Amino acid sequence: MAAGSQLQHSLARLVAPDRVYVDDVHLAAYESDGLTVFRARPRAVVVPETSAEVVAVVRWCHGNAVPFVARGSGTSLSGGSLPVEEGIVIALNRLDRILELDPVDRVAVVEPGVINLDVSVAAGESGLYFAPDPSSQTICTIGGNVAFNSGGAHCLKYGMTANHVLGMKAVLATGEVVEFGGRSREHIGPDFTGLFCGSEGLFGVALETTLRLLPLPEMFHTVLAGYRSLEEAGNAVSAVIESGLLPGALEIMDALAIEAAEAAVACGYPGGAAAVLIVELEGPREKVAAERVQLEEILAATNSFESRVAADAEERATIWKGRKSAFSAVGRLSPDFIVQDGVVPRTRLGEALRRIGEMSAETGIRVANVFHAGDGNLHPLILFDGREDGGLERAEALAGRILEMCVAMGGSITGEHGVGMEKRAYLPGMFSEDDIDVMKRVRAAFDPKEIANPGKMFPGPEAPALTAHGLHPLEKAGVISRE
Amino acid sequence: MAGRPTSAEEVAEAVRAHRQVRVRGAGTKGRLVDGPGELLEMSGLRGIEEYEASEYTFTARAGTPVREIEEALAEKGQYLPFDPMFAGAGATLGGSVAAGFSGPGRFRYGGMRDFLLGVQLVDGRGTLVRSGGKVVKNAAGFDLPKFMVGSLGRMGILTEVCFKVFPRPRRTRTLRIAAPAPAAAVERLVRVAASRWEADALDYVPREAALYLRLGAPGEALDSLAAEIEAEWPGEVAVLDDEAERACWLSSREMTWANGGRRVKVPVSPSRMAALQELVDGLDGCEARFASGGAVAWLSVAASLDALRDGLARAGLIGLLFAGPADDPLWLGKRSEPAILADMKQALDPDGRFPAI
Repeated sequence: MAAGSQLQHSLARLVAPDRVYVDDVHLAAYESDGLTVFRARPRAVVVPETSAEVVAVVRWCHGNAVPFVARGSGTSLSGGSLPVEEGIVIALNRLDRILELDPVDRVAVVEPGVINLDVSVAAGESGLYFAPDPSSQTICTIGGNVAFNSGGAHCLKYGMTANHVLGMKAVLATGEVVEFGGRSREHIGPDFTGLFCGSEGLFGVALETTLRLLPLPEMFHTVLAGYRSLEEAGNAVSAVIESGLLPGALEIMDALAIEAAEAAVACGYPGGAAAVLIVELEGPREKVAAERVQLEEILAATNSFESRVAADAEERATIWKGRKSAFSAVGRLSPDFIVQDGVVPRTRLGEALRRIGEMSAETGIRVANVFHAGDGNLHPLILFDGREDGGLERAEALAGRILEMCVAMGGSITGEHGVGMEKRAYLPGMFSEDDIDVMKRVRAAFDPKEIANPGKMFPGPEAPALTAHGLHPLEKAGVISRE
Repeated sequence: MAGRPTSAEEVAEAVRAHRQVRVRGAGTKGRLVDGPGELLEMSGLRGIEEYEASEYTFTARAGTPVREIEEALAEKGQYLPFDPMFAGAGATLGGSVAAGFSGPGRFRYGGMRDFLLGVQLVDGRGTLVRSGGKVVKNAAGFDLPKFMVGSLGRMGILTEVCFKVFPRPRRTRTLRIAAPAPAAAVERLVRVAASRWEADALDYVPREAALYLRLGAPGEALDSLAAEIEAEWPGEVAVLDDEAERACWLSSREMTWANGGRRVKVPVSPSRMAALQELVDGLDGCEARFASGGAVAWLSVAASLDALRDGLARAGLIGLLFAGPADDPLWLGKRSEPAILADMKQALDPDGRFPAI
């Protein structure tokens, strides 16, 4: 029996023959994720339907030392779900059940393939929601959110995914099935749940995750302000922060990003703006009423040339549509682009943006900026044409310089996309050898055979098939977007 | 003899120099420190290293008293929203993280685990290690800071911690809502937790048959919200004056209400509160206060632990004894000990220099 069919045969006994793919057509669909510059074709794709099947597959992988990559919708922007060529992909989309929704404890227990937004939709019936809202929330899955500790536009006030995960049942790379945390918002003993979140698939697979739900805010107050310069928009953010207000969101887009968003979704942002600022207050109506007066005073003292308040849910949605579609929209300005995810101390945002502008001018590479200003989380979009000789390499070099700047300023190489395949070479810029050594020992405790998503997070050999492939097909169709 | 290091390097040296090491901040959760080995007093690692109010972050040495931090934050109109426990008794930042204790304010924005951004620690090999970062948002590397929350000095010794902070509400108001029986208390607590009111803190005090709810908002908003809550349960809601408000939350944070020599933390949730209270009611000399919207029960135990242990085990709950005699068990009730717990201990403390977990 050929090696391929032997693998297929073994896996088919664990799930069902029609849920093991080894043919080129199926494998091709899984060879890349949201970071399309990397491609790798796995030996097989397994599609389990129950957590028992996932456990069986992971145990088989452990027993046979076969690497595996767990995958949800494949929206990772750091190449986190890039397959391993000598391994298999465990596609978790069919584990898509919301197992429990408890309005008394305000928790949901979900399988890994549940779509992020579906949790909030289901919880909405009880007046609750799941706060983390990555831009891809209409398609990305909770399993991926947990593995990469995903963020979104509301992190300053509500934190990232890890802050909303209370417990989990997981199968570790050793095949051990564990339960961490529970349905209490408190825990005792070391916080394994917190450690598992953001482990980038290197520890194992979360089979059931207990999520913290919050009561839906009674109302939102969303303001869109236009500025003649990026610096003025940045100063407005500082003024808001220093006032003692705690907005749910504080976002900025620059001229290039606005131009793209306008062309893509006609979001009606102020014409001729060099930057727009989105500020959103939320909470009980009395509180919002008092805070909006304060916000108006603050913004009036800044140099915004136009300021607009969303009058209803529809106008709010239009403002957010421009912001959330910005990244894919930039795809209209350029055949290819890289999304970066660095973080700088918020007080150095202005300086960071100026330096990115200088680097852009110096290299002649266009950079659009969209960012979570309240968090200091930058998302420079580096535009390039992959068909040009060395185009990708030059763009990557610029991306690297931006990350190095973030680290030098005391920030981070990633705010919410994770290290994955993309930024692993930059991890040593942030951490010492001793720091990384401890992380490796932790990884070895969970996965002594290094079979769970190997090759990610830690510096390693050349990434497979580093070539430009343009936008993800779903992105081109406007189904997914990057943030 | 106790050592008193004054730098992270000295902590690392001490770990390398001794077969067994344990660490003490201010000793406000004394039972967690009991055990064999050289005792390191962390009071020598004290002080704020960085605090930039407009960054919403500070970094401080692990032996710094929480109270000192809170004073510095208050000067800039900021605070740690989760009201760290035992700050009044002198609790240190490092001890608070290692214990993983959050106070009543945890209800609104989350607890210790949600505000800790980065740590520097000494592992069991005596190596200085950093994890996490110093910015409010960071996803690089494994989240060891979270793992240290509740690690009880068994996985590493914290030498420096970095936290996210928030602007403090301009004004607060605390309401007392009558809660005649545990079942009614839970019903009312759930109603508050799901409401539009956005309470910052929500405690249930069985002894007083009352819920305490703290609102934080601009003044006009407080009046309107309080009026609506009073109308929800006519004649059963009272507004506390400033002095009573202060005393209420101080009592919650410092456990000044507790009479027993033994103190236990039990993570719980609203759906299991009434059962736990029933268990506590059935035990002589045992009393509970539920904090943070029913996420945690703080127990005071004057008598033997045996009945409580059995009761917690039957209820599927687990408690941590943080004050009491050294020969009492640390863990009460149903604790799972997966192989990964021992494997992580081995990874971070291969020679077993820190106490067993």
